[in-house]
Amino acid sequence: MMRRVYMDANATTPLLPEVFEAMRPYFIERFGNASSVHSFGQRARGAVEQARMSVAALLHCRPAEIVFTSGGTESDNLALFGATKPGDHIITTTIEHHAVLHAAEQLIHCGREVTFVPVNADGVVDPEDIRRALRPNTRLISVMMANNETGAIQPVAEIGAIAAEVGVLFHTDAVQAAGKLALDVEKIGCHLLSTSGHKMHAPQGTGILFVRKDTKIEPLFYGGTHERQRRAGTENLAGIVALGKAAEIARKGIEDGAPQKIAGLRDRMEREILARVEAAGAHSINAPRVPNTTNLWFDHLEGEALVISLDLKGLAVSGGSACASGASEPSHVLTAMNVPTARARASLRFSLSKLTTDEDVDYAIEIVPQAVAKLRELSPTYRKHRDSQTSASAVGVLPG
Amino acid sequence: MPKPETIAVAMSGGVDSSTVAAMLKTEGYNLVGLTLQLWNQRRLAGKPGMPETSEGRCCSLDDVYDARRVAEHLDIPYYVVNQQDRFEQDVVQPFVREYLSGRTPVPCTLCNNHLKFAQLLDTARQIGAERIATGHYARNEYDPTRNRWILKRPADTSKDQTYFLFGLTQEQLSRSLFPLGSYKKPDVRALAREQRLALAEKPDSQEICFIPGGDYKQFLDAYLADQGESMPDTSGELVTTSGEVVGHHDGIHNFTVGQRKGLGIATGSPLYVIGINGADRKVIVGSSDELTSKTLRANRLNWIAIPQLDGEMRVQVKIRHRHEAAWATLEMSGDDEVTATFDQPQRAVTPGQAAVFYSGEEVIGGGWIL
Repeated sequence: MMRRVYMDANATTPLLPEVFEAMRPYFIERFGNASSVHSFGQRARGAVEQARMSVAALLHCRPAEIVFTSGGTESDNLALFGATKPGDHIITTTIEHHAVLHAAEQLIHCGREVTFVPVNADGVVDPEDIRRALRPNTRLISVMMANNETGAIQPVAEIGAIAAEVGVLFHTDAVQAAGKLALDVEKIGCHLLSTSGHKMHAPQGTGILFVRKDTKIEPLFYGGTHERQRRAGTENLAGIVALGKAAEIARKGIEDGAPQKIAGLRDRMEREILARVEAAGAHSINAPRVPNTTNLWFDHLEGEALVISLDLKGLAVSGGSACASGASEPSHVLTAMNVPTARARASLRFSLSKLTTDEDVDYAIEIVPQAVAKLRELSPTYRKHRDSQTSASAVGVLPG
Repeated sequence: MPKPETIAVAMSGGVDSSTVAAMLKTEGYNLVGLTLQLWNQRRLAGKPGMPETSEGRCCSLDDVYDARRVAEHLDIPYYVVNQQDRFEQDVVQPFVREYLSGRTPVPCTLCNNHLKFAQLLDTARQIGAERIATGHYARNEYDPTRNRWILKRPADTSKDQTYFLFGLTQEQLSRSLFPLGSYKKPDVRALAREQRLALAEKPDSQEICFIPGGDYKQFLDAYLADQGESMPDTSGELVTTSGEVVGHHDGIHNFTVGQRKGLGIATGSPLYVIGINGADRKVIVGSSDELTSKTLRANRLNWIAIPQLDGEMRVQVKIRHRHEAAWATLEMSGDDEVTATFDQPQRAVTPGQAAVFYSGEEVIGGGWIL
């Protein structure tokens, strides 16, 4: 049986057993529609509100400010569509997740103006660039808290302060931050914040949008009065219970130093792989990063082939973003950081979780350099690179 | 027991390549399924003249899902490799250029030369498979006496795809497996059923994969529009072989040698396109007799069964996919140019198409008709 190591936590994470156990009764024994008057409904309502409190505790907000959604994409769309009207101006960045980027592009067709602010070479936006993009009709700033591909943490508190200063709404996509960083909506100064359940060991199809008290948003869906008229549709009872449990575990984990432990594994892996492979490096290495992510480039090879090679050896990582067919597409994030195309195509994201072990990291340190060497054997540009290195050292005088 | 060889199977989501995967799995090889993502069918969908939805055959999501299901059924790893940039550069752009210069291209051959047996083989080798298997109907074998890899027609001559494979190098042939070469299509379907492949009854693909609906003129318009370019004006005169102007046409890309319909002129005897002069945008028309040629010239040659052509050689020449190969004598007429002189004049020798030379079952080599 081949060893299988999962290092793609930014794509999704498995449920923790405690999370699964927490949600399990709500499929059969404790079923109910939280809107029903009877005891079944009351019990369901109780579970939903309990979960809402756990999530609110994770974000340091009031339970009433939590709207349960189907995931990060819905939350982002609800924030962008719900908080703006035709004629409004939105400021966002070039490195947002497609859930924000494509929603913003669609909003241009729906009468909004949108500015996409660029980032620096480390993949971090300058808050002053956000300030410079402000217009009299700016209604919303949307900047992600941490980037999904590089892990780079954005200066959201500074941006929140600018938003407060000029009286503009601030939304942050915190899908890749929740469970990895301490989240405090007061410190961030955001009016809207999205997270997703399945990036923090809750099921896919669960998510939340934090909506600050007195922030008006129009719903995406019309129907019942669920979620204080902000999100119609019967609550995903079992999913919400699971999300509550996952939030509780994440909050404890952050208090107990789980992120530091993951950062230790990530840093060791990054250091050891880069020590064994030449013409390689890590993107956003000079930026503050979430503890679990490293995006490594290995010049002179195709990242797509490296992803496949590693998967055939049981190590699951990702390169670029996947299109519908499953083929990799060049990363818009690395492109926005002005990474040359060939290097962007030779970049791989490793994302760890609290389930990642020392042995997993050892395995990656062992097989990544081997796979890189194998691919470079067949790479004409690597041969050229190596020959130029050899001739350079041949003429150079080495100290004795 | 030695470790089984790893083979990469090029899987299109069709019956043929799926059956290849099933056959090799049964034979005990260690398989990796690969699909090339070559073209985004949605890219031109809904553009003027193009269908709203993308029902095209290659690289449609349905086909990728079909291939993925087969891989799951056979329990083999499967990956989609993105080669859209290379495909556009090496296949689509030449295709457009050829039509705009009055020639009739063969995109499948370019795809085999530049993508399937180049990029895909590279990827296969990078991930540990030294050979690739495809669902082409063709046979290849090493001949120690000539010290060459030989490409041969398949058992099912009605499915013969060697015409599209003449550009393969010795290296490429040595690293390719064509397991369907000794089967007939109905037997392949029977095998697919036997292997319980859900797509055993899926119809064969016929058209050019990136042109859903098969209307290449609409594709040219839509592609150029997508590139922010407009169709260059290649309209001009319709002239007879004696130079008499008999009408006007609205663009040389609308014509192909041998075409009879759509000339817009009424005459007593049927008229055919017998040539296209790209430089002065003239479409030359003539009678059925004038459509035949005694010779053809081809360049950008590739030899398979022989290292090079010395002197004269008797071969059968196929001038388009559905052409019955005709006897001719081959002789070099330039550094990289050959002239074939037919025993019987051939109809509609079309610049841009491939001329592939056969000796019995063997592919001697081929080139591009000038």
